Amino acid sequence: MTARPIAVVGASAAGLAAAETLRRSGWRGPLTLIGEESHLPYDRPPLSKQLLHGAWEPEKLRLRTEEQLAPLDLDLRLGTRATGLDVATRTLTLDGTERLACAGIVIATGVAARTLPGADRLTGVHTLRTLDDALALRDRLINGGTPASEGVAGGGGPRQLVIVGNGVLGCEAAAVARELGHEVTVVGIEETPMAAAVGTDVGTLLAEEHRARGVRLLTGAVDGFDSTPADPADGSGPQVTAVRLADGGTPGSRLPADTVLVAIGSRPAVDWLTDPALDTTDGLRCDAYCAAAPGIYAAGDVARWNHPAHGRPLRFEHRMNATEQGMAAARNLLAELAADGPTGTEDGTPAQERRPFAPVPYFWSDQYDLKIQAYGLTAGADRVETPVRDRAGRRILALYGREGRAVGVLAAGLPPRQIRALRAVVADPLPWEEARERIAAATAAG
Amino acid sequence: MKITLDADKCCAAGQCVLIAPEVFDQRDEDGVVVLLDAAPPAAQHDAVREAAAICPATVIEVHA
Repeated sequence: MTARPIAVVGASAAGLAAAETLRRSGWRGPLTLIGEESHLPYDRPPLSKQLLHGAWEPEKLRLRTEEQLAPLDLDLRLGTRATGLDVATRTLTLDGTERLACAGIVIATGVAARTLPGADRLTGVHTLRTLDDALALRDRLINGGTPASEGVAGGGGPRQLVIVGNGVLGCEAAAVARELGHEVTVVGIEETPMAAAVGTDVGTLLAEEHRARGVRLLTGAVDGFDSTPADPADGSGPQVTAVRLADGGTPGSRLPADTVLVAIGSRPAVDWLTDPALDTTDGLRCDAYCAAAPGIYAAGDVARWNHPAHGRPLRFEHRMNATEQGMAAARNLLAELAADGPTGTEDGTPAQERRPFAPVPYFWSDQYDLKIQAYGLTAGADRVETPVRDRAGRRILALYGREGRAVGVLAAGLPPRQIRALRAVVADPLPWEEARERIAAATAAG
Repeated sequence: MKITLDADKCCAAGQCVLIAPEVFDQRDEDGVVVLLDAAPPAAQHDAVREAAAICPATVIEVHA
């Protein structure tokens, strides 16, 4: 009998980290890496930043070259979609037909962009999740017909861009589009942009920055799109002309647009996981070890696991978490397989104990020349304090609390040494007052 | 071991400095990575490999 592989489903940051960690930790058996996209693993954060801007080309986003992947001896299955999983036998279905019985599985399928009804049949309406998405939108913003020159929008002048969704992604894209000289309107259901991610105080400050740069910020729900009729003569589909707001009838209820970015969040890619042994409510539910079932682990944006320090299930769509959780899930899977009996790691590598995954979450966002960095949890806070809030100096410091403890901290414009020191304050949730004092001490010295 | 950086990609997360402070630092003005030791001693190798793996912008390349 041929040795069963470990399969990693998802070939982005989390899946790649898992595959590399499996090899580094001693897995000598077959290793299959399955990716739905046809691209080699690439990095997503620059999609809404440097790539969209045109400053970077896709090659710069590549996480590994073919030469770097070669030593992993992967069965690399790009352009392949996992369509089913039988948990009891650890058997994947690929592209609806092929069965792959595995020794273990790491699920890192990430999330998919949510969209709006009717969006996918309209020219000019985009989402922003994959490299192909980003290149299509960029083509619209930069190469819309004539070559763009430095700081000047190409394609015959500025676009009328409406961004639906005022979360972090929509705001990052708005910043890039303004820098490229387009007319930008952001419309979303949050009263304050990015409030769900960073709270209203920091969100208000960022909103001031966007307004100062000429972005129009609106609050409201979107009801649909207006478009030109399809042209049967040349086969072109309908082109978007406006975004319709749900409060119809009022003068501002139609936002003229030749380009629309729908950035209304994402759905964990769990539709293919229909085995009732799995809980797929808002991501694939895992225990503290990132295990969803025996021999089946999850990592990255798709994984919702019990964070030991926070005592509740959490799921993060953060770049840092993808790598850290990919590594942790891979190590824990190998530890489980080693404890279960003979495995592909029998080369004298001592078996490790499984360890709970307890990272200090980290994310960053770049908007104009502001770099926001956050440790811990900034979403879901029940109190927020902003000891530094200096818009002119572009400095922010905010502390986030929940149930009497400090759980997160966010900063912009502070010296790197101070920002690193903030991490320690929220690594384990401290009582609120104690954390406040430590924050004050950490940021007291210049 | 020899380390090279693609500092142009650095997002100033500072994780490398937290993991291997004798090998990496950050510029005060923008937080971009600074290489303190391009050929660190063996005692640092595990930390450097960890930093390279964790770096969210894949800036750090480790050569054997």
